[in-house]
Amino acid sequence: MSEIKKEIKIPPIKEGIAIDHIPKNHALKVAQILSLGKEEGMVTVGMNLVSPKMKSKDVLKIEGRDLSDSELNKISIIAPDATVSFIKDYKVEEKIKVQLPKKVENIVKCNNPRCITRHQDVSTRFHVVNKKPLKLRCHYCEKNLLGDEIELI
Amino acid sequence: MLRKKKKENSSKFRFKSKDIVSINDLSREEIIHVLEAAARLEKQNRLSINRTLFKGRVLATLFFEVSTRTRLSFESAFERLGGKVIGFADPGVSSTKKGESLKDTVNTVEQYADIIAMRHPLDGAARLAADSTRIPVINGGDGANQHPTQTLLDLYTIKKSQDHITNLKIALVGDLKYGRTVHSLATALSLFKCRLYLVSPPQLKMPEDYLKLLDERGIDYSEHEKVEEIIEVADVLYVTRIQRERFADPIEYEKVKGVYVIKKDMLKHAKPSLAIMHPLPRVNEISTDVDNTKHAIYFQQAANGIPVRQAIMALVLGLIK
Repeated sequence: MSEIKKEIKIPPIKEGIAIDHIPKNHALKVAQILSLGKEEGMVTVGMNLVSPKMKSKDVLKIEGRDLSDSELNKISIIAPDATVSFIKDYKVEEKIKVQLPKKVENIVKCNNPRCITRHQDVSTRFHVVNKKPLKLRCHYCEKNLLGDEIELI
Repeated sequence: MLRKKKKENSSKFRFKSKDIVSINDLSREEIIHVLEAAARLEKQNRLSINRTLFKGRVLATLFFEVSTRTRLSFESAFERLGGKVIGFADPGVSSTKKGESLKDTVNTVEQYADIIAMRHPLDGAARLAADSTRIPVINGGDGANQHPTQTLLDLYTIKKSQDHITNLKIALVGDLKYGRTVHSLATALSLFKCRLYLVSPPQLKMPEDYLKLLDERGIDYSEHEKVEEIIEVADVLYVTRIQRERFADPIEYEKVKGVYVIKKDMLKHAKPSLAIMHPLPRVNEISTDVDNTKHAIYFQQAANGIPVRQAIMALVLGLIK
């Protein structure tokens, strides 16, 4: 364990969040969800890091940032096993595992071009049919979305 | 004690104010309950009893897409039991054309009516309408998605012709890829442990999602390309139209089209009780020489739309239990 920890050379942050256990090569997608780019604080991205749990994983640390419930829900779709640590004074104040909600509202786009949500001003809504692999069902057109078909708004 | 039990039974189903948007919203028991209510109403209609069930009630038929058959069936079902019908049959005359949202249309109509029956070209429109209003919405078809009253009347027709639904051998024939009616029917039949024969050209096979559902529910099924392979074993032959526009190559269409025409001489070795169904309109999938055989029940099927839609509307209006 400690050997691996030594290998991960991601600097600690004083205050902010650390998102761990993001699937390999998905850190930039998570960064996109959080609209990173205009941050004042330091952002560190670790990709393809060695993890005893996942073999290979991504990590994201953001200084001076908090997360809303809606952002946590979004992350759970891209990274269903992610853990989020809320850090204060270099210490982990709270650590949570993201959880897929039963319903996903206004986060995912329906890929059915004939779905009413693509034509009228209405928030999308999906039911989580299966968590692993992730399968969502559109509340309106009842079409199932799987894997790569799941596209965030 | 007996009384109490009876009360419990009658409150088992909560149909009042329920929307009927998708066949997936109904459990096996709820489906059976609708079919039983339809049978009671059909009997009452025959005996001219209770002809004022819908008196004082208004049905709004909102047809954002033209469908004369479905609309007339809803309207006839409601008016025959004393109800009044308002609505539009052509989206060109409604305010939708002026750009009004579906939600606003429904919120306006709910001021004038007690129940809505609607058809819309987009998938999911009926769910959006149902979520937007306090009055019950019955989906009369939303794009390629659902048409639950068709499925219920199909089940009713099967039950009426074969006395039961469970364990029947049912063949679905034609366009199984795009056909909305066969998707919903296969889903519903999977609740009744039917043996399914899926007969279609290779390019119009039943989508994987539905096959998976059949697997999950332990349904025995097989896929076929020729009707002849199953015609002798089937209890029900459910025939659907193959649409020309589904084929890129018109020659391919011509080839396939002929294979799926049911003719009288093909029925020689069929079970005497075989029922041939079709959601209509048919083009040439069933030769007219079949019409006068005892197997043809597709016009009765259309007629069954009346008691089934009456049952659905009476249940959700809370007029029957």
